Amino acid sequence: MVKYILFSLGFLFSAITFAQELEEATVEKDTTQLEEVILIGERKLSNYRQEKTLSSIDEYLEKSNKVSMIKRGNYAWEPSLNNMDSQRLAVTIDGMQIFGACTDKMDPITSYVDVSNLEKVSIGSGQEGTENGHCVGGGIDLQMPQSKFNGTGLKSSVDLGYETNGNYKIAGLELEYAGNRFYINADGIFRKSDNYDAGGNKEVLYSQFQKYNVSIQGGYKLSDNHVLDANIIYDKATDVGYPALPMDVSLAEALITSLTHTYKNDSTRIKSWESKLYFNTITHIMDDSKRPDVPIRMDMPGWSDTYGFYSKATLRENKHSLLVNVNGFYNRSLAEMTMYPNDSNQPAMFMYTWPDIKTLYTGIYLKDAFALADDKTISASTRFGYHNNSIDNEVGLESLQIFYPELSDSKSRFLMSLSADYQVKKEKYDATFGVGYGERAPSVSEGYGFFLFNSFDNYDYIGNPNLENEKALEANVAANYYVDKFKIGFETSYFYLTDYIIGEVDESLSAMTIGASGVKTYNALSHASIFDFYVNSTYDISEAFSINGTVGYNYGRGSNSENLPFIKPFSYLAEINYTRDMFNVALQLDGNGNQTKYSSYYGENETASFAILNLNLGNIFYIKNNKIVLKYGLENILDTNYSTYSDWNNIPRQGRNFYMNLSFVIN
Amino acid sequence: MKFKYILPILFIALLSTACSSDDDNNDTPPVISEVDGLTKIQDIVNNNHTIEMWSESGQFNTGYNNVSIRIKDNTNDTFFEDFTINWMPVMQMPTMQHSCPYSVITKASGRDTVYQGNVIFQMTNADGSGWSLTFNYTINSVDYTVTDTIEVMQNFNQNVTSFMGSDNVKYVLALIEPQEPKIATNLLKVGLYKMESMMSFPVVEDYTITLDPRMPGMGNHSSPNNTDLTYRSFDGIYQGNLSLTMTGYWVLNLKLMDEMDTVLKGEAVTVDNPQSSLYLELEF
Repeated sequence: MVKYILFSLGFLFSAITFAQELEEATVEKDTTQLEEVILIGERKLSNYRQEKTLSSIDEYLEKSNKVSMIKRGNYAWEPSLNNMDSQRLAVTIDGMQIFGACTDKMDPITSYVDVSNLEKVSIGSGQEGTENGHCVGGGIDLQMPQSKFNGTGLKSSVDLGYETNGNYKIAGLELEYAGNRFYINADGIFRKSDNYDAGGNKEVLYSQFQKYNVSIQGGYKLSDNHVLDANIIYDKATDVGYPALPMDVSLAEALITSLTHTYKNDSTRIKSWESKLYFNTITHIMDDSKRPDVPIRMDMPGWSDTYGFYSKATLRENKHSLLVNVNGFYNRSLAEMTMYPNDSNQPAMFMYTWPDIKTLYTGIYLKDAFALADDKTISASTRFGYHNNSIDNEVGLESLQIFYPELSDSKSRFLMSLSADYQVKKEKYDATFGVGYGERAPSVSEGYGFFLFNSFDNYDYIGNPNLENEKALEANVAANYYVDKFKIGFETSYFYLTDYIIGEVDESLSAMTIGASGVKTYNALSHASIFDFYVNSTYDISEAFSINGTVGYNYGRGSNSENLPFIKPFSYLAEINYTRDMFNVALQLDGNGNQTKYSSYYGENETASFAILNLNLGNIFYIKNNKIVLKYGLENILDTNYSTYSDWNNIPRQGRNFYMNLSFVIN
Repeated sequence: MKFKYILPILFIALLSTACSSDDDNNDTPPVISEVDGLTKIQDIVNNNHTIEMWSESGQFNTGYNNVSIRIKDNTNDTFFEDFTINWMPVMQMPTMQHSCPYSVITKASGRDTVYQGNVIFQMTNADGSGWSLTFNYTINSVDYTVTDTIEVMQNFNQNVTSFMGSDNVKYVLALIEPQEPKIATNLLKVGLYKMESMMSFPVVEDYTITLDPRMPGMGNHSSPNNTDLTYRSFDGIYQGNLSLTMTGYWVLNLKLMDEMDTVLKGEAVTVDNPQSSLYLELEF
C-alpha cells in the first residue's frame, strides 16, 4: 500500500523539472527522504550543485536549468522560467496566491519568504505548472514544511553566515517542538549587506539591503486523520538599494497567514484532502531620498492584499491517481505616485499607477495519472477558471478612460489549460513527452498600469484593458540515458504563443517621466516562439568523484521578426565534485556565450560572454547528538567583472567573494 | 468526519463574505434650499430691497464667476419670485473706466427666488478694489437701481487672459470649466469675448482654439486624447476635451484661430518654446 502512495506522490511531483533527474530517488524512497531530496539546501551536504545553507531563495532558484533570475540589484531577484518572467508564471507560496505590490517588479514574491520558511520548491515547466494558477511559462510553488507529530521534542538550530563581498551578515535561529499531537516551529532570520563590489573592486552603489523574516507554524492533530495547521510569516526588508533603477526601497513588508486542514487516510479512496484559507498583505514603499541627483523627487507606495482558499484532494482508484484542486482568490492591488516639483510653489503631482484593481478568480484543476504499465505512465491535466478584473476607484477608472474612453469598470475572462504527457522509465533510459495548451490573463500592470516607467528600455508603460488572453501551445521532451556511471540527458521545450503581450511604442503619447524616450502601451504580437534546449551529463568517476556539465540554448522571436527580450544566450556549467560523508568539495565553471541574439528593439544591448569559477566546500561534524554543518567557499575566484543578459541595465555582478555558513543543530 | 465537509464550505463562505462590497445607501431625502451649497458673497442694500449675491466660493475672483442673485423685501424679509434684472460691472482705472464680459441674468432652473448670471473679471487691483456693480431691476413694473463697490480677488492661477490678437482686436479668454479638475478626461469650457468698446464684450463666434496641456514641473509632458475647442452656438462657449493624467500644476497652451484658420494669438509648444503666449493655468 505504502508503495502505491509513494508511487502516486511520485506522479504528482513528476511535473517538477527540478525533480526530473531526481525522480528515480523520489519514487522509491520513503517520504521523509523525498522531502530531503528537493530540500532547500538546508544542512545537508548535497552532492550535486553545491549550495550555501543560507543562500537566498533567489540563489537557490538560479541553480535550476530553466530558471534565470532578473537582477535589479543584490536583492529581490525576479525569477524567469523558460525565458518568461513573473506575469507569465504562476508563483505561489504553498499554493497561496500572492502578488507583489511594486509596479516596477522590485518585489517578486520570492523576496517575501526566506529559506527558513520553506521546505522545497516545486517548479513546473509550462502547463505542468498550472496546479495553483494559470500560466504560460510555468509554475513555481514555494512549499512550506508540514507539521511533524513524531514526538521528537525540542530541537533548535542556529545559523550564522558571513560573506566578505559586501560585508554580508546572516543570522538565524530556529526552535521546533514536535509532540505526538502538537507541533510548533518558530524561526527568524536576519540578513544585512552593504554595497557589494563587482570584479576589480568596483563598488556597486545602492546595492545594500537589510531584511528580517520571522515565522511561526503550529499544528494540532485533531485525530489520526485530521490535522489543523496555522502559519504566519512576517517579512520586512528595509533600506534595499536597486543599483539598476532610479529608486530604492525603504520598506517591503509582507504578512502571510494561512490556516490549513489536512485529512489523510491510507485506507480510503481519498488519500488526502487539504483545505487552506489564507490572507496576505504587502506594503511596498519606493524611495529616492538617498539618491543625490534625481530630476524630481517622488514617492511610490503600493499595496497588495490577497484573500484566498484552496481545497485539494488526491484520490487513487485502480491505476488512476487523481488530483483535484479547487481554488479561488481575491486580490486588491493599489499603487500611487506622488511627485514633488522642484518649484516648491507648485503643488505635488499625484496619480494612481495601479488604480485599485480587484481581481477575483475561481477555478478547478484536475490531474489524472494513469499507469499503463509499471514503467509507462500517461497523465493529463486541465485547469479552467473564471477571472474578473474590476476598477473600484472612480479616479482610477477615469484616469484610464483618458486612454480608453469606452472602458467599463469590469472585465471577465474564462481561462483554460490542458496538458498531457507520456512517461517511460526503463533501466537504461527514461523519457517524457508532453504537450499543452494554456491561457493567462494580463497582469495588473499589463491591463491597468498607468505611466509605469521601465528603466530597462526607458519608456513609460500604459496598460491595455482590452488585451486578449495570451495563449501558448507547447511541446516538451526530456530524456535521459544511462550507461554504467555515465548519464546523459536532454530536455527541451517549444512554446508557440499567440497574442503575446509586450509593450509597443505609441508615438502619439508624450512621456511623463523626465528623460523617458516615450510611451509604450501593452499590446499583443500575433505570435511569438520560445525554444529552449538543455543537455545535462554526469559521470561518476568513482564513488567520491563525479563530474557533471550542462549546456543550454534558448531562442525567442516575435511575429514582428524581432528577438524577444530576456532570452538566455548560450550557457554552460561544468562541475567537478568530490563527496564523502563528512566532507565535500566542488569546483564549478559557469558561463554564458556572447548574447548575439539580443533584442535592440526592446531595449537590450549585447551582453558579452563571461565565465566564472567557483569553489564550494562543506563539512559536517557530529558532537554527541548535535550536528554542525559548515559550508564555505570562494565565488568568482578570478574576480571577473561581468554582467549577464538578465542583469537590468547591465549592472555588474559580484566580484570575488569568500563565504562561510555555519549551522548548529541541537537535538 | 463531518469536519472535512464543513471546512471547505466554511472557506468558501468566508471568502465570499470577504468579497462583498458595502454599498452605502443614502436613504435620507436631501433638504432643498434655494441657496443650498452656496456661500453669500455680499449684500447690496437700497431703501427697499437687499440684493443678495451668492456663489460656491463666497467671493468674487478674477476669471469666471457664476453668481446666484435673489432680492429680499426689506419690509417683510421675503424673497421676490418674479422680477427682471440686469447688471453692469465697472472697473475704475486712473484715467478711464471699463467693464468686462458678463451674461444676462435669468431665473435659475428649479428655483423660485434665485436668479443666475455670470461675470468674467479680467483684472483687479492687488487689494481687490476697483470694481463696482450696478443692478437695474424691475419688480411689479417699478424700476429700481442700486450700485455698490465689490471686492474682486486675484485668482492664484491664470484663469483669464486679455490679449491683443494679430488682427489688432483685443480679446478676453476665460476658463469656465472645469472648476474642479479631475484625473480624467475633463470637459474644458472656455469663453471668448471681443473688446468692442470699453463697455461692450460680445462673444466671439466660430473661431477655433487648439489645446496642448503641459506639466512644466515634470518635463513639460503633455497628455493624450485632448481635442481642440470649438464653438457651440447654443451656449455661446468653446468646448473640448482636456485630459489630465495626474494632479498638480498644468499649463493649458492655447492657440486662437479665426474662421480662416489664421492664428490670432499663441504658438505651438516645442522644445525651444516650452509655453504658448496664450495659456491658462490649472492646479489641483
